[in-house]
Amino acid sequence: MSTPVSANGSGMSASRLVMHRKRKRVNAIALVLALASMAFGLVWLFWILFETVRLGVGGLSFATFSEMTPPPQAETGGLLNAIFGSVMMVGLATLLGTPIGILAGIYLAEYGQKSWLGSVVRFINDILLSAPSIVVGLFIYGLVVARMQSFSGFAGVLALALIVIPVVIRQTENMLSLIPNALREAAYALGTPKWKVILSVTLKAARAGVLTGILLALARISGETAPLLFTALSNQFWTSDMTQPMASLPVTIFKFAMSPYENWQKLAWAGVFIITMGVLLLNILARVLFKNKH
Amino acid sequence: MDAKVDMPLTERAKLSVRNLNFYYGNFLALKNINLDIPEKKVTAFIGPSGCGKSTLLRTLNRMFELYPEQRAEGEILLDGNNILTSKDDVSLIRAKIGMVFQKPTPFPMSIYDNIAFGVRLFETLPRVEMDERVEWALKKSALWSEVKDKLNQSGSGLSGGQQQRLCIARGIAIKPEILLLDEPCSALDPISTGKIEELIHELKSDYTVAIVTHNMQQAARCSDYTAYMYLGDLIEFGPTAELFMKPKRKDTEDYITGRFG
Repeated sequence: MSTPVSANGSGMSASRLVMHRKRKRVNAIALVLALASMAFGLVWLFWILFETVRLGVGGLSFATFSEMTPPPQAETGGLLNAIFGSVMMVGLATLLGTPIGILAGIYLAEYGQKSWLGSVVRFINDILLSAPSIVVGLFIYGLVVARMQSFSGFAGVLALALIVIPVVIRQTENMLSLIPNALREAAYALGTPKWKVILSVTLKAARAGVLTGILLALARISGETAPLLFTALSNQFWTSDMTQPMASLPVTIFKFAMSPYENWQKLAWAGVFIITMGVLLLNILARVLFKNKH
Repeated sequence: MDAKVDMPLTERAKLSVRNLNFYYGNFLALKNINLDIPEKKVTAFIGPSGCGKSTLLRTLNRMFELYPEQRAEGEILLDGNNILTSKDDVSLIRAKIGMVFQKPTPFPMSIYDNIAFGVRLFETLPRVEMDERVEWALKKSALWSEVKDKLNQSGSGLSGGQQQRLCIARGIAIKPEILLLDEPCSALDPISTGKIEELIHELKSDYTVAIVTHNMQQAARCSDYTAYMYLGDLIEFGPTAELFMKPKRKDTEDYITGRFG
């Protein structure tokens, strides 16, 4: 036996070496392509960030945070009313949309996996998730603004909440579905009632993912312009009355950036910088807070 | 297959299974099972994969009810009361019949809370007593010395063997009467396995233990009674020494001597 094996062996090892070299070549090519794709994506991202910082920081001053949006060609002026409007509307929309989204996501993952109602909700949610945000804006326009005969901050909140809900539903369901059934069974085996299994065990195990979903939704609505154009409109002046038209950063940026006035353009860049940094900081903060827990 | 199996009846039966059939949808996975699990003894279930031993274990605490396509027919008597038709809340039944699974499943919380979680479901204890209970359960499961200084750390940071002992501690902390172990050592190294086997040996002074295992040496080492199952039938059930030394049935002998199939 030994002679044929060794004879075969040398032939084998030669062909193995060829295969091995080929594999290494293919590996190197794949790695280069993957790195190139990553670099291609990152270049644009960093370019956008760089421009945002370069042009945004220039427009920033104390007045940006203390004064209202100015008329064209004014000497001073800031974004206070727009920042306040954005924080109010984005905050309230997240507060409104998150619990609904999480509860619906829990239903889909823990109760209605196979029921017809679950399938219908999942299907409709997918449509809502991919619906253009301008459609959501028009819907709220028809439902609220046209009937109330007035643009309002509340209408803006509703439109943004409608964008939050499907994102949170999808993410909550996905994250809960990733929790292995063994963990649920272990909790049931102790005699835990279902609501407590979900709240204390599965939702807790999935909380980092669910939080990511909320942040994704928050990041998305922070920059949404179209739904606010039809609902909250905008407001040149300060208002904290949510039944009145309300200024917001994205709509103000849209309006100011398109204008020929230099002071407006500068403020538009400052607004872009504020939104970007705000979303970035929220993400970092949430990650740090949740990293330290179990 | 003949359902009549010799019962070891010098003992008091803690759980009695009578004419039990179990279905996954239309598939009959357990065929007319009859056996008595004696009190404060260790009963092992052996047999090749797919023979129904885990299914039987999951029927004993009604775990199968989580899945709508699974159902059981027949009787499972806990101290004489049929738990399959019991009007009691299933949570109360499961609190009496604890279970530890194949893979360690620490909850996403601290080691302390992993143990206290189950206790808090049924008892409101003052902090001191809860501390005592946690310590008691961890000592009982031979984990105390390894974790006593890090009770506030996450349970998922422990090693696999420690996690499994944490799960056993969690199971005994609520003071069940019966403990079901579904291949508790299959994911563990020999040292952890040894610790858990010792633990099983100690547990039987207080608990009735039923263990499913793929490892025949383990069944021989740590059980008092052994049931051999094959394709949904209970082939033979008797005192472990008898079943391994002089099995009554040819099928059992073939399996335990490795001449199977």
